[in-house]
Amino acid sequence: MTPIRNRFIRQLFASTLDLLPIIAVVLIFQILVVRQPIPDVLNLVAGTLLVILGLTLFVQGLELGLFPIGETMAHAFARKGSVLWLLIFAFSLGFATTVAEPALIAVAGEAAKIAAQGGMIEASDEARASYALGLRLTVAFSVGLAIVIGVLRIIRGWPLHYLIISGYCGIVLMTLFAPEEIIGIAYDSGGVTTSTITVPLVTALGVGLATSIKGRNAMVDGFGLIAFASLTPMIFVMAYGMFI
Amino acid sequence: MAWPGELAATFIATLRDILPIAATIIGFQILVIRKPIVHPKRILAGFVYVLIGITLFLEGLKMALFPLGELMAQQLTDPAFIQIAEGVSVAPWNAYLWVYLFAASIGFATTLAEPSLIAVAIKAEEISGGAIHALGLRLAVSIGVSFGIALGTYRIVTGTELYLYIIVGYVVVIIQTVFAPKMIIGLAYDSGGVTTSTVTVPLVTALGLGLASTVPGRNPMLDGFGLIAFASLFPIIAVLGYTQIAEWRSRRARSAGKTE
Repeated sequence: MTPIRNRFIRQLFASTLDLLPIIAVVLIFQILVVRQPIPDVLNLVAGTLLVILGLTLFVQGLELGLFPIGETMAHAFARKGSVLWLLIFAFSLGFATTVAEPALIAVAGEAAKIAAQGGMIEASDEARASYALGLRLTVAFSVGLAIVIGVLRIIRGWPLHYLIISGYCGIVLMTLFAPEEIIGIAYDSGGVTTSTITVPLVTALGVGLATSIKGRNAMVDGFGLIAFASLTPMIFVMAYGMFI
Repeated sequence: MAWPGELAATFIATLRDILPIAATIIGFQILVIRKPIVHPKRILAGFVYVLIGITLFLEGLKMALFPLGELMAQQLTDPAFIQIAEGVSVAPWNAYLWVYLFAASIGFATTLAEPSLIAVAIKAEEISGGAIHALGLRLAVSIGVSFGIALGTYRIVTGTELYLYIIVGYVVVIIQTVFAPKMIIGLAYDSGGVTTSTVTVPLVTALGLGLASTVPGRNPMLDGFGLIAFASLFPIIAVLGYTQIAEWRSRRARSAGKTE
């Protein structure tokens, strides 16, 4: 039991250090620039303690659960040798983790409001809700597709930068044709799709695949899945804005 | 304080976030792989830790940092604080120096505490056998986010087009990619996507919307977005740049050693 407890205490200390810069920034600006008393000091202290404890538990859980399951599944699929099932799994993982993502739901709601204001859709609740749902499904589909492309790349050993650079070109091209109102949201949607649970799982999947496939290097080929998952939503959201 | 109720709500929201993932994993494990999971108890314990960890983390942020951060974003962008006379249609960009500084510091600090980035950094250190330091990577990414968000707030104040910055950023990334060591490219691209999640997004969004609704001539609907895009682009440049500098220095040290 002692090594686990020691690790927990060390992690608790590390989490505290991770949080210190935020606290410092907030305090310094509050005292030196804004010069107003901090409201609700009690909540601030209690909240900070919760954040530290939460971060500590999260990192422990990463190493116990998320990393091992991602890697063992990657190994199992590699041993099984069925590319089709692996790709179906990759798509489901990308789609399932994105469609319920709270940040995406928030962004989709905002986008629907802007679309209604700009006269792209009717200004009724129903039209907005269906626009937002359509947008969420579009983004979830594009993330699923991104993980599929990323996994295929690891299997085949395609160089990452060609794919990413063509993705960038796709974004630039779409920007020229997409309605102006959607561009900001499209760019932001690339950043919000990858949640705290998805990132470790997908990273472990990529690294696990790259280690178990012969001729692949974990460092060169294992990373890059997240990059795809933040690229494709931008292209698909702009396409959604153009066609709806 | 009604926070036991709020805590339960956050817990359920996190659970709802985890369930589709758990269902996908268990479904494929049973139907396709058809082998028992190794160490099922440990994995389950790990998932429970993650669930409780994220719940406490989010709840703590909601209690402490988000209200304060949003309040500060409001106070710093308040026209009375900036000292812009009423009725001015164009704000001088240099009236907002404190805002840029705040944007840079809060971007740096929140990225350093971002759980997804911590996860990727741990993995990268493990895979590279220690050649990449987890903390070094996180610092490089944080510097990138910090610069990106500061530039993003400058863009909102001046009202220049978002896509110009992004396209120039892409061109820089492409040029750097040509010269960067191959081993770092995947990690650098990934670090762009992981920087913006739980901690950074709400604070940065509040700052962007606060700015866009107070700077004369800006429309929060159109100009409030885009900060996240900056925060995902500049870390790539920072990480690629960091490795290029590291490589260049080690090469110079090596060649200096030869000539002696």
